[in-house]
Amino acid sequence: MRDLPSQPEAGLDPASSPAAYLKAKTAWRWPEILFWISAFGMILLMPNRHLLLNEIAILGLFALSLDLVLGYAGIVSLGHAAFFGVGAYVAGLLAKHGLAEPVTGLLISGLAAGLTGFLASFMILRGTDLTRLMVTLGVALVLYELANQLDWITGGADGLLGVSVGPILGRFAFDFAGTTAFVYSLSVTFLLFLLARRVVQSPFGLSVRALKENRLRAATIGIAPNRRIIAIYTMAAVYAGMAGALLTQTTQFVSLEVLDFARSADALLVLVIGGSGYLYGGLIGAIAFKLMKDTLSAMTPAYWTFWMGAILVTLVMIGRDRLVAQVARPFTALLRRVRARRTRGGEP
Amino acid sequence: MLTIVFDGIAYGMLLFVLAAGLSVTLGLMNFVNLAHGAFAMAGGYATVILMNRYGVPFLACLPLAFLFSAGLGLLFERLLYRHMYERSHLDQVLFSIGLVFMAIAATDFLMGSQQQSFRLPAWLQGRFEVMGVGVGVYRLFIVVICGLLALGLQWVLASTRFGSQLRAAVDDRRVARGLGIPVVSVFAITFAFGSGLAGLGGALGAEIVGLDPTFPLKFMLYFLIVVTVGGTSSLTGPLLAALLLGVADVMGKYLVPQLGAFIIYAMMLTVLMIRPNGLFERGR
Repeated sequence: MRDLPSQPEAGLDPASSPAAYLKAKTAWRWPEILFWISAFGMILLMPNRHLLLNEIAILGLFALSLDLVLGYAGIVSLGHAAFFGVGAYVAGLLAKHGLAEPVTGLLISGLAAGLTGFLASFMILRGTDLTRLMVTLGVALVLYELANQLDWITGGADGLLGVSVGPILGRFAFDFAGTTAFVYSLSVTFLLFLLARRVVQSPFGLSVRALKENRLRAATIGIAPNRRIIAIYTMAAVYAGMAGALLTQTTQFVSLEVLDFARSADALLVLVIGGSGYLYGGLIGAIAFKLMKDTLSAMTPAYWTFWMGAILVTLVMIGRDRLVAQVARPFTALLRRVRARRTRGGEP
Repeated sequence: MLTIVFDGIAYGMLLFVLAAGLSVTLGLMNFVNLAHGAFAMAGGYATVILMNRYGVPFLACLPLAFLFSAGLGLLFERLLYRHMYERSHLDQVLFSIGLVFMAIAATDFLMGSQQQSFRLPAWLQGRFEVMGVGVGVYRLFIVVICGLLALGLQWVLASTRFGSQLRAAVDDRRVARGLGIPVVSVFAITFAFGSGLAGLGGALGAEIVGLDPTFPLKFMLYFLIVVTVGGTSSLTGPLLAALLLGVADVMGKYLVPQLGAFIIYAMMLTVLMIRPNGLFERGR
């Protein structure tokens, strides 16, 4: 996904002053602030939809994690659910065996998933796109089989029962309306988003992007590919694990479904809808995906996957870039005008 | 013990026929087609319908299943796939996953979600003993047919005019076109033929591996393993990989059933870690 067409701002030539250029890119823009204000506004605006919103926040975080791998590092992963599942099971097991405090559980689950991602990342360093596809898929399947077979730990096909999660930080208990759950998930997603935003705009993030564009050229200008890929993959795994932990803690249940292939495919679909490579894609895509899924499964409960597939095929056929550009066209003109006025107004 | 090995070989042969088309599109044409199993499923369902509703004999069903899937493959290639050859792998993956979802839901809608089955003709049932090895007649039949197909494919690819045109078109599309090779129709015919083989495999395998709407997703990984582990250079690699996979899978399921599919996944990861481009890499 290319960036939306934008004019380079005056005096910010990346070549002449890289530091100033990077700094200008990190500035918060109005749409971003509006996005997060409205996201948190949902707590008050839609009080009886918190369960759905909670799911959206978790899916958004999961897709954000996949975006780090796919949109920034350019690794096509068919098995991102692996890390989601590890996080979900670790959180469930912790809660079941005494450690009921969610935030601690979240951190430990994230670390466990990160460790899994760290180990798995060594397998995706070599080979072609196809090899990576198979390895990511294979890791997810191996973990699925493990969770299925080790039923004295994971509960196997019946799912992990008896997960009881305590109040957050010992104060805020989960309620039936899902309000606590939503606030919790959204806050975690927001904090992790801030971190991701910082990381992808850092020199490290830019170098990862350079690897995606052309690994050979990046290597010749002195960017070591392997270490960066391991780092970003591990980070994405931590994020996915935390998303999984959030799901476990807010639903108080874990089943094999967290490791399912469909979950990895869903995340890909979310990124296709929202666009990859700009962090908001996962979040916006998650909203669109959940709404679409709800509408479609209300219309045709058994066959909604057909329409999901059709949407996916159509989106790819038309071309994701072109579609986003079409939608964004009226806005880019507007943005340009606003920006032009601001620079004119800024000059005395 | 040898009986299990024989069953494994039959299973592997079947996997080879199912995946042969994919090893050409994915291996040679470098197109990631996750929806390959959908064409196999189409062949399987065509056989089920022909046999159960219209009473067509089994042997006549096999070529019909081939033709049905090949026709379907040709249609999809002309309508959709040909636009995707030049796209990124990500696009191809997403596109074909979308097709898989559509195929599953559509089959579910048209045929119901239950397992489909049909009765094999009497002369293909039963088993006999050869030097202490129990041989299922139907499995022997599969081994013979698939073996002949494998030989035929190898011959077509290696020593016919069409085979060399295909290899040329795969190596460099532009130059091949410049030499007057009808690249577009070569690709279309290849794709259709590969889909047809998958359909034939689906028809042959319905009895052994079962047939229900989730078939494309369940076996997607098996096909991909055959192609990636086998390497993407010739048909010999995928054939050996298919046999290895078949034997390992059947033996694993008989001898250590509690491990389930774990063995083949672990095997695949190990092979890909040691040799990322497959077991039988073409020396370049």
